[in-house]
Amino acid sequence: MKARSSDGFSSSLWRNPELAASAVSEMRRLAAEAASKTGGQVNFMEVCGTHTMAIAASGMRRLFPGELRMLSGPGCPVCVTSQGDIDRVLALASVPGVIITTFGDMLKVKGSGGLDLHAMRALGSDVRVVYSPLDAVALAEAEPSRQVVFLGVGFETTAPVIAGTVKRVKKSGLKNFSSTAFFKLVPPALELLLRDPENRIHGFMLPGHVSAIIGLEPYRFVAEKYRVPCVVTGFEPLDILSGINMLLRQIVAGKPAVEDEYFRAVPPEGNPAARGLMEEVFTVVPASWRAIGTVKDTGLGFSRAYEYFDAVKRFKIPYSEATEPRGCLCGKILLGKALPPDCPLFGKACTPSSAVGPCMVSSEGACAAWFKYGG
Amino acid sequence: MKPVPGKIVLAHGSGGRLSRELVESVFLKAFSNPALAPLEDSAEVRIPGATLAFTTDSYVVTPVEFPGADIGRVAVCGTVNDLSVKGARPLALSAGFILEEGFSGKMLARIVSSMRRAADEAGVKIVTGDTKVVERGKADGVFINTAGVGLIPKGRRLSSAAVRPGDVVIVSGSLADHGVAVMNARDRLGLESSIKSDAAPLNGLAEAALKVPGVRAMRDITRGGLATVLNEVSAACGLTAEVDEDSVPVSVPARNACALLGLDPLYVANEGKLAVFVSPEAAPRALKAMRAHRYGSAAAIVGRMLKEKKPQVRLNTSIGGARVMLMLEGEQLPRIC
Repeated sequence: MKARSSDGFSSSLWRNPELAASAVSEMRRLAAEAASKTGGQVNFMEVCGTHTMAIAASGMRRLFPGELRMLSGPGCPVCVTSQGDIDRVLALASVPGVIITTFGDMLKVKGSGGLDLHAMRALGSDVRVVYSPLDAVALAEAEPSRQVVFLGVGFETTAPVIAGTVKRVKKSGLKNFSSTAFFKLVPPALELLLRDPENRIHGFMLPGHVSAIIGLEPYRFVAEKYRVPCVVTGFEPLDILSGINMLLRQIVAGKPAVEDEYFRAVPPEGNPAARGLMEEVFTVVPASWRAIGTVKDTGLGFSRAYEYFDAVKRFKIPYSEATEPRGCLCGKILLGKALPPDCPLFGKACTPSSAVGPCMVSSEGACAAWFKYGG
Repeated sequence: MKPVPGKIVLAHGSGGRLSRELVESVFLKAFSNPALAPLEDSAEVRIPGATLAFTTDSYVVTPVEFPGADIGRVAVCGTVNDLSVKGARPLALSAGFILEEGFSGKMLARIVSSMRRAADEAGVKIVTGDTKVVERGKADGVFINTAGVGLIPKGRRLSSAAVRPGDVVIVSGSLADHGVAVMNARDRLGLESSIKSDAAPLNGLAEAALKVPGVRAMRDITRGGLATVLNEVSAACGLTAEVDEDSVPVSVPARNACALLGLDPLYVANEGKLAVFVSPEAAPRALKAMRAHRYGSAAAIVGRMLKEKKPQVRLNTSIGGARVMLMLEGEQLPRIC
C-alpha cells in the first residue's frame, strides 16, 4: 500500500522495500556468524502476540536465513490465561443480574466444560463487547439495578488503563461496577522461560507496548544474569527486521544488553505515571498461567484499598485448577518449545472457526497467525 | 460436500468460507440448476432474442445511516453493481421492506429518498415493492431486499471461469472505506470522521471498462473484501491470483483505522469498488478508461493471474515477503451488509 502523497495514499518508511532488502542481506551475514556461536541454529522469541501477527502478515518468514528461527512467546493475553481463570469468567457470566463487558477476544475461549462466552450468551447470559473499560463504567451508570463486570485480562499494557478506571469509579462512589484482575507481568514470565533447563532461546524481541509502560530497567536481569540479548522492538516490518539484526549483533559481539529499537515510542524510563496508577490499585500476586501453573509474584491483583472492586471476591467465585484441551499444544507453543504446525490438531480439528486452544482463538495467537498467513 | 450446519452462526453470513459452505450444502443442493450453479453476482437467464441478468440481495446494516451513505443507497447500489459486473445494463429494480414496529417514519422517508437518488444516478427505476411490519424486537429497525433485472448486450460474456493466465487484476479505487465507516458509526469508535462509505452505482464505470475489448470478468468487491473476491475467482478459473501489497490503494485514514482495529483492509467490505480481470495487452487501456470515470479515478493495477500447480491467492508484501490470503474465517465485521 503505496507512498503516493499526491493522491492521498501512503506507505510508511517502515515498509520501504529497498531498506527491507538491505536489512535482510545484513541479516543473512549476521545470522551465519551468530549461528557459529550458538551451535548452528539461532532461536529468538518474539514475546508479544502483536509481533507474531506482524511477522506473519508481512510474509517475512520467507526472507529469514535458514539459521534463524522466530518462536512465539507467552505474550498473547488470551493465550496465557489459565483454563481455571477462563472457567471463573464463565462462572461470572452465569451469575444472575450480571452484565459481562469484555474486549472481543475473550468471547470465543472455551472453558473446560466446552462453552465459551458466545455460547453463554445464547444460553441467556448478558455479555457485551466494549472497546474501553470506560464504556463498561458508562453502562454501570445507565443500569443501576444491574452488576457490571469488566474482564480485566492482560499485561502491563492493559493494567494501567483498568487501574485508572477503577480509581475513577472509587471516587464516583459507583457500587455496581467491578473487574477481574487476571493480569500477568512480562519480566517474571521471561524469567520462567530462562529458568527452564530446556531453554534454548538466544534472544528476546521484547514487546513495544509493555515496554512503553515499564521501561528498560525491568529487563536488565535477562542480559546480566542470564546473558541473553534483549531488544525492545516496534511493530512495523522494518522495526522487526532491525530488531532481529540488533539481537544478532549482540550475539556476534558476545555482549548481551537491553537495547531499544523502538525508542520513538519507548523512553528508557517507561511511563512513571501509568506505573504509579498500577502500583496504587494493584499489588503483585501469584498468577496462574496456561501450561505453566500458578507461580508466585508473576501477576497483579487488587490491592487492599481497591479489593472492593474485585469481581471474583464480590461474587465469591472459587478457583479450581482445570485441565487444558487434550492434544492441544498451546502450552508448548507459548513456551517456545513448539511451532503451530507441530500440533496434531493444527488446521484439522483446530481452525479459527472451530478453535480448540486459545492460540487459535485469539487474533494475536500464534496458531491464528500461522493459519491465516501461512506462517 | 460439507454437511448441513447444525446451527446457523453469524459467520454463515460473513461472505467468507462458512457462507460458501452454507450456500453449497443447503441452497445449491436444493435449487440446483445451470443458471444458479456458477454462483456469480447475477444469474444469466436466456429468453428468445436476449440474455437477462437477474439478481437479489438483502441489506441489514446497523446503523442504518452512516457517513457517506445509508442502508437505502447501499441496497440500490449493491443490486445495480451485481448486474453491472455481469456486463448487464440495469432495466428495473424491486424493493422489499421489513420494518420493525416503532421505526421512525422520518428516517424511513430519508432512506427511501436516498434510494431514489441512487436509482436516478444509475438510470434505473424501482418498479415494484413490498412492505411488511413485524413486532418490536423481531427485526432491527429496517431490513431491505432489492432485486434487479438487466439486459446483457449481445456478444458480451463475462465470467470468472473465463479468466486466463497472465490476465491483470485492476481495482477501481481505494479499499476498506465502507466497512470502516460503518464500524466507526456502529461502535462509536470516534475514529477520524473523514472515512466515508464508498457506496456508489458502478454501471457507468463498468460500461467504461467494457468498451475495451479484453475484459474477461468483473466482480464488485463487497463483504469479505478483495481477498474473498480473488479466492472465488481463483477457484472458478483454477489460477493463482497474485497481488502486490504496495499497489493496492488504501487511504491513510482507512489504513490507520484498520491497524488500530486489527483488521486487514483486504478483507474489509466495500460498496463501490470493482475488480476487473483483463488481458495484459488491454490492461493499460482499461485502466485509462476506468480512471476517466468519477468512480474509478484512483483505479490501479494490483496483481495478476498465474498458472501454477497449486492455485492460491498470494500477497507479495511491501518488504519483499509473501503470504497466502485465505477465505475469511469466521466473522470480521458482523452485519455490515
